[in-house]
Amino acid sequence: MTRIIVVTSGKGGVGKTTTSAAIAMGFAKKGHKTAVIDFDVGLRNLDLIMGCERRVVYDIVNVIYGEATLNQALIKDKHCENLYILPASQTRDKDALSQEGVGQILEELAAKDFKYIVCDSPAGIEKGAHLAMYFADDAFVVTNPEVASVRDSDRMLGILASKSRRAEQNLEPIKEYLLLTRYSAERVKIGEMLSVADVQDILSLHLLGVIPESKSVLTASNSGIPVILDEKSDAGQAYADIVARYLGEDKPHRFIEEKKGIFGKFFGSK
Amino acid sequence: MPTNSPTLEFKSGSFSVPILILFSDDLKAIGQQLQEKVDLAPEFFKNSPLIFDVQELNKLSRAIDIPALVDIIRQSGLLPTGIRGGTTQQNKEALALLIPVYSAHSSTPTSADTQAQKQKIIEPEPSVNASATIMTRPVRSGQRLYASGDLIVLAQVSAGAEIMAEGNIHVYNTLRGRALAGVQGNVDARIFCSDLQAELISIAGNYKISEDMRDVVSKKSVQIYLQGHTLIIKDII
Repeated sequence: MTRIIVVTSGKGGVGKTTTSAAIAMGFAKKGHKTAVIDFDVGLRNLDLIMGCERRVVYDIVNVIYGEATLNQALIKDKHCENLYILPASQTRDKDALSQEGVGQILEELAAKDFKYIVCDSPAGIEKGAHLAMYFADDAFVVTNPEVASVRDSDRMLGILASKSRRAEQNLEPIKEYLLLTRYSAERVKIGEMLSVADVQDILSLHLLGVIPESKSVLTASNSGIPVILDEKSDAGQAYADIVARYLGEDKPHRFIEEKKGIFGKFFGSK
Repeated sequence: MPTNSPTLEFKSGSFSVPILILFSDDLKAIGQQLQEKVDLAPEFFKNSPLIFDVQELNKLSRAIDIPALVDIIRQSGLLPTGIRGGTTQQNKEALALLIPVYSAHSSTPTSADTQAQKQKIIEPEPSVNASATIMTRPVRSGQRLYASGDLIVLAQVSAGAEIMAEGNIHVYNTLRGRALAGVQGNVDARIFCSDLQAELISIAGNYKISEDMRDVVSKKSVQIYLQGHTLIIKDII
């Protein structure tokens, strides 16, 4: 069975595309055939993060309008043969997407035996974000530990619960998971940032993982290699944990407590 | 906050309307006596709505001609807005003239009705309100919930969410959004919640915003009710 995952947040700049790229790569590396779709038509970024921007010929809008087949538009990833990227169009806007068109693409991907389809949602709650989440089975809600991001995530959760296909057809609701990104235990400690407990208190959502604020994310983005491939980095490890947890492995949460020096990192924290 | 303001809203209100009870089907006499009454206080009766009651006449099996009666009432400057105690045929005729039909029993309860009411007080209805709405999932920011009876929420109500009920509101979790009970003017409606951190609470239009609730201790069960025009927040032990 194909599982459609939307990576969403409401607010911009919280790490949706970084997360989409990382988890899609994570699934693929675990041997699952995975597609990642950029729904940010007009502000296409996923191809940059995935390092395939030089190989984009056709995009999702071309497929919807029948100007290219899905096979022509899907880009095979260089690092992992199980991973395919469907880029967004840079020259169009979100109105170029249609619900039927998106539904057809997802059906076709399911027919091609894709196990996971990761939908990278644009910011906002308008058409692009709506179509990215509409067909989803699971939602990864990416949130930064600050009040505006938390509130926007809450708003998004409301939309997932009322405007998705599953909601409209009275099916089992979308499974919602919380991903707390750009987390800094040091700043939480001095009260500059909301803690994991604060955010969970407001959103009351299943925590899939905490991704620490990390320089490796920026480095990875700039070089076009999903951060999960940087196995030495804390952010890379955090995403690997998240993928493992989603797939049912029991991994204790890391990166919530403050680092305790170089040895504490390995022996001290739980 | 709601993004688009509603165009209209239904509210219930009650006001008194004169009722004309007829004891005779003599249209001429009715016209004459009605005019005499109106002449006593012409300003009061001018364009006044009027419900006419033909129950007494029908008891005597004297079915009055409705269109003719309506004509006579209108000639005296009154605006007939309802019929009470009419026969099926009379009600039909009234409706044809766009005059609403009211049930005959509403204002003068018979002894049987009073009996039934007493019975009701002794044996209150089961506490589970048949018209209660139950919400088990969180009410998220931007969502609005309206219940025509009581509203029971078993999950949290987020900041930026709005829950409204014509009856009571129960929130068995944290209430961070807005809660408006008795929205149709029911001053006896109450709000119950196990953790009050609301942006706004209101009963029958009397409200408090979170600024006015600074001294409310969170994570404690409270009830909110109306005393005069003041909202009282009280712990439930």
